[in-house]
Amino acid sequence: MSATPAAPDEPALAQPASPAELFFTFNRLALQGFGGVLAIAQHELVERQRWLTRQQFVEMLALSQVLPGPNVINLALMLGDRFFGWRGALAAMGGMMLVPLAIVLVLTAAYAEFSRIEIVAGALRGMGAVAAGLVIATAFRLMGTLRSNRLGLPLAAAFSVVTFVLIALLRWPLVGVLAGLGSLAIAIAWLRWK
Amino acid sequence: MSAWFHTTLSPADLFGLLVQFLVLSLFAIGGAITTAPDMHRYIVDEHHWITDAQFTSSIAIAQAAPGPNVLFVATLGWSVAGPIGAAITLLGTLLPSTLLTLSATRWGARRKDSRFVRAFTTGLTPLTIGLLVATGWLLAAPYATDRAHAIGAIALVAVTVGVMARTKASPMWLVALGAVVGALGWV
Repeated sequence: MSATPAAPDEPALAQPASPAELFFTFNRLALQGFGGVLAIAQHELVERQRWLTRQQFVEMLALSQVLPGPNVINLALMLGDRFFGWRGALAAMGGMMLVPLAIVLVLTAAYAEFSRIEIVAGALRGMGAVAAGLVIATAFRLMGTLRSNRLGLPLAAAFSVVTFVLIALLRWPLVGVLAGLGSLAIAIAWLRWK
Repeated sequence: MSAWFHTTLSPADLFGLLVQFLVLSLFAIGGAITTAPDMHRYIVDEHHWITDAQFTSSIAIAQAAPGPNVLFVATLGWSVAGPIGAAITLLGTLLPSTLLTLSATRWGARRKDSRFVRAFTTGLTPLTIGLLVATGWLLAAPYATDRAHAIGAIALVAVTVGVMARTKASPMWLVALGAVVGALGWV
């Protein structure tokens, strides 16, 4: 598979040895993902395993966001499929889902009991705040990829900022933002491509 | 807490639930959570299978547990109809989007050097980054607006962003830090 040329600060990429390795890697990252898996996925897949460059990760993430379905599951499917086809896709998705599913169902059964304990409620709040910070930190980490974006840094950054304002502050529906602003960005990128 | 799921649904109800989630799966652009309002309309408002509070706590549990947030559909299904409910909502949510994602990425991979596919990913990358910041912002908002704990929570978010930017520490340590700080009542 041909990769995007590696930036100087990004050493050569590695590959998973088998679908089983995909399964266990995704299982491990899912179990670390409190309040969402995306930040951990970036850390594990890019910084630790080096299966993807930051550039490849952000492109895959962009695709997983415009396709329907849970983003991190779509990401797992794409990555698994890229290395081992169907078997890889199922291994990655299974690793991501199976153990967390068992845990969440047990928690559902226990919830009514322990949600009243103040310490537990406090710990959940703390973990929630960290989860929010992790997502923001992941965004910062991926911002570096805008420097090599063919739109040019100023325009690319402007698209990021407008997206943030529309979604976070004005609470526009995502579908509309992607269809409107997304089409505009794609059209400009298309015109700049010679 | 006598029973986890308050009703036994008829096969016709279960089939209706499956169809509802199969259809919603294809509209779940930006993640399954974006279809939560419509799930609420179907399960709570229209069929009264669970209460408003049960709906909200099902989502909160999945957010707090490790793993992908989409598992909230399984906790919802469980609250509605036990294990079979969880199986139905999860299958309905994942099957259509999985098939679509795999076929779309294979289509794209074959043409990944074409002008259209390059323009598509180039154009959407900045939006993705803006969307990530927005997601973090919206996740942080409930903590930052809770007057009793706002300062601690904002500090915790800032520390998390700072540590992640400057070190290669595993995010798990920060989650553990958050749990301890929260248990002590500072957040």
